[in-house]
Amino acid sequence: MNSRDKILAAVKANQPALQQLPVLEGIDAIQYEDNFLQFKTVLTTIGGQLVEVTNTNEIIEYVKYNFSAHKNYVTTLPNLGEIKMLDEHLDPHLLENIEVAIINALFGVAENGSVWLTGIEMKIRALPFICQHLAVVLQRKDLVSNMHQAYALIGVNDYDFGVFIAGPSKTADIEQSLVLGAHGPKTMTVFVMN
Amino acid sequence: MSSTNATHPELSTIFNKDEARVDWHDETLWWIRQKRDKAAWTIPEWEQLRETASAIKNNVLSNLQDYLLEFEKNATANGVIVHWAADGKEHNEIVHSILREHNVSQIVKSKSMLTEECGLNDYLAQNNIDVVDTDLGERIVQLANEHPSHIVLPCIHWKKEEIGELFHQHLNTPKGNADPQFLAGAARIHLREKFLTRRIAITGVNFAVAETGEFVVSTNEGNADMGAHLADVHIACMGIEKIIPQRKHLSVFLRLLARSATGQPITTYSSHFKRPNTNQEMHIVLVDNGRTVQLGRESFRNSLKCIRCAACFNTCPVYRRSGGHSYHTAIAGPIGAILAPNLDMKKNADLPFASTLCGSCSNVCPVKIDIHNQLYLWRQEITKEGYSPKLKTAAMKVMAATLSKPTLFNVGGKAARWVIKYLPFMVNNRLNPWYKQRDLPAPPKLSFTEWYKKNRK
Repeated sequence: MNSRDKILAAVKANQPALQQLPVLEGIDAIQYEDNFLQFKTVLTTIGGQLVEVTNTNEIIEYVKYNFSAHKNYVTTLPNLGEIKMLDEHLDPHLLENIEVAIINALFGVAENGSVWLTGIEMKIRALPFICQHLAVVLQRKDLVSNMHQAYALIGVNDYDFGVFIAGPSKTADIEQSLVLGAHGPKTMTVFVMN
Repeated sequence: MSSTNATHPELSTIFNKDEARVDWHDETLWWIRQKRDKAAWTIPEWEQLRETASAIKNNVLSNLQDYLLEFEKNATANGVIVHWAADGKEHNEIVHSILREHNVSQIVKSKSMLTEECGLNDYLAQNNIDVVDTDLGERIVQLANEHPSHIVLPCIHWKKEEIGELFHQHLNTPKGNADPQFLAGAARIHLREKFLTRRIAITGVNFAVAETGEFVVSTNEGNADMGAHLADVHIACMGIEKIIPQRKHLSVFLRLLARSATGQPITTYSSHFKRPNTNQEMHIVLVDNGRTVQLGRESFRNSLKCIRCAACFNTCPVYRRSGGHSYHTAIAGPIGAILAPNLDMKKNADLPFASTLCGSCSNVCPVKIDIHNQLYLWRQEITKEGYSPKLKTAAMKVMAATLSKPTLFNVGGKAARWVIKYLPFMVNNRLNPWYKQRDLPAPPKLSFTEWYKKNRK
């Protein structure tokens, strides 16, 4: 018998009598009166920034004004004017000099300040991790209170890769001192489109 | 894992030599425990979440064979190559064979307690493979030729000045610079070069979903993603108990995991890997290594519900004051003390005794493992098998004899009070381990029985 069959046989022999799977609908999950306010508070607490905008021009202006000029900005969004569209066939290793990457987020979660994006929004999976600064664009209406609602939105949707991102990359491994920008982005900006 | 044969009390003694350091270690971990409390209190349904998580894991253990088969089928359909390893040795050989197949001798690895448990780094080093651990804390202990002392905070026992010196030696940082921001920046540059040049990345797995064949990896640093997305081959290693039934169940576990671990609302990255990237190869190694045996131990199978948050470490008065290395096993702390005897009862016979049985571990556990009960039950198993610590066994026999004979108990009590008062050195000496780092309070004048007789009128 190979290891697979041995393991499966041992599991079957040793697993206890079937116990019912609980229903998640019974969880009385927290709902915020104002998801936007909660999202903003949590995101700021975990080191992220929230910028309210009403159109894409404001995003372009903000990026030009707040990040060093003449640097490498890319976006995977089709309508950010002068900001270069990412070539999705690029070798991901060549992204290491990207200063700012601007990516669409599908929705945000108020309880933990995270946003959900998949491989389709990133085009190249390494992009939101390897860039020096990450910015995502989120529609104000696309905010839910908690993770149960988040997974209800994801549902059975197919994706090759998906990720919740909550703030900039961070570490506290040196004497519990928080340092932003461990391996990934040093900052994260969420543009909330009203 | 550890080559030493020293026991928890012996290794704790070494750790306890520096009292100021013990206090610092204790306070740091207690601070993290308090952050966990604050995070839990922001969620009114916290207890409901723990109960649900526990029930989901109970269901998983009771239906594990079907879930494993479902996961294998779906992951394979997603284009992932699934391997099965009966033990640590086979796990290491599988990983090595994938490296050989690709002719790769240098890899990056993000945090995986399973690979620690299997001794993967040592095995690969013996086979001339260079492994770079990319979690900052793990990289620090790796450069120092140590193992992690904590499963979430691998170098919690290191001071920043020591890390500064270590980086000065290995990464050429200026001598005497111990600024965390600066040191983390130096590590970022050092590790970016590794991410960009290594073709195979290993990660752990936090949750694997039977329904979809996807798996989730949680990190704050982004090191798992940097490794996995920049490599030609991604190898994810997981214990078979990491399976959960459906994608929606991730909501429960992701709400609990980071809050229990560090008091964060969620880790920075919760990455859901379903299919390999274009031109990439993705492998999953499913590892037993004693888990099926533990599944068959009725009293101890609950330990397999663990999601590795380390809340039980941070709250444990013994862990906080004895340090992770005193547990001489890949997973330290209370949960390690109930997992390790299953792997080797004789070698780990001391670990279930490294507890006051205060029960704090069980109270903070997000999946409601009855850790302190299992510690107590392991003591019985270990004593039955004849592996209990000699000195403790002898002391217990004296205690049992004394407690079973009232006259002896009264005389003994009187004698002890007299001795502590007039001849304290008779008990407070090197021969009595109880006095290590401890003092007795002043002895009372009367025993409770004497006091009661006098005062009940």
